[in-house]
Amino acid sequence: MADPAVDLTPYARSLGIQVAAVEDGTPVLTIDFGSEVEGRPQHLHGGATSGLLETAGYALLRAELARLGREHRLKPINITVEFLAAGKSRRTFAKGRINRLGRRNANIAVEAWQDDSNRPIATAIMNILMGEAGE
Amino acid sequence: MTSSSGQFDPSAAAPFMLRHGHPGWLGMAYHAHGPDWVELKLPWREDLIGQPGMPVLASGPIISLMDMASGLSIWTTLGALRPYATLDLRVDYQRPARERAAVIGHAQCYKTTRSAAFVRGVAHDGDPDDPVAQIAGVFMSIERDPRSG
Repeated sequence: MADPAVDLTPYARSLGIQVAAVEDGTPVLTIDFGSEVEGRPQHLHGGATSGLLETAGYALLRAELARLGREHRLKPINITVEFLAAGKSRRTFAKGRINRLGRRNANIAVEAWQDDSNRPIATAIMNILMGEAGE
Repeated sequence: MTSSSGQFDPSAAAPFMLRHGHPGWLGMAYHAHGPDWVELKLPWREDLIGQPGMPVLASGPIISLMDMASGLSIWTTLGALRPYATLDLRVDYQRPARERAAVIGHAQCYKTTRSAAFVRGVAHDGDPDDPVAQIAGVFMSIERDPRSG
């Protein structure tokens, strides 16, 4: 199931985020419902949703940079998360889209969904700084 | 959950609210509060790092910390525990947290209306004047979650 090319952070692995698929080079990440991600009873915690979104954004950017043969040290600039629907007690998915990939920074949109990928429960916009690899 | 005056008391409520689920998994704890603000602490933990080989906390747990501190700051400001849903949360990262440092999340509810609550805050690792991140969030009052269908 996991794609060895998609290297998740220790935080992401510890929380239980996995790679569900890689669609045309875009990693689709997933997390099962459990107490680690629970907010109010039987609902996904917004912080866990945000963690999944952010992880999916980085996974996409790393995959795209690897495809282009570019090496960077990634640093977060900011993230804005919009919560659209309450996350239920079931599996959640997330997948990003690169809005812009510059020399020094990238802008990435990410969506998270549960049953229907056309009905996201949350979206995020991330700005990421791409520094020198040894920086 | 409430003080002798009947007001919502975060120092009494937080240990219960942070014991289970995602906040419990992260190990969040009550740190301090004022009339319209609450501080929570996120202790350092090896498996929460954001980049392999660098002992620095990932940004995901900082969002969770600020979301939770924001909710508590709203209830503290209102003096009552009413259901709110996070509508929008923005986090601007100023710098990585220091190696093996715990992070304090300070959230202030600066305005409430009939339907919304507005929160701003900082995450820092010891010096509030040198924050790790600044946040702004909008929360919607929900007697019943209108997003649930």
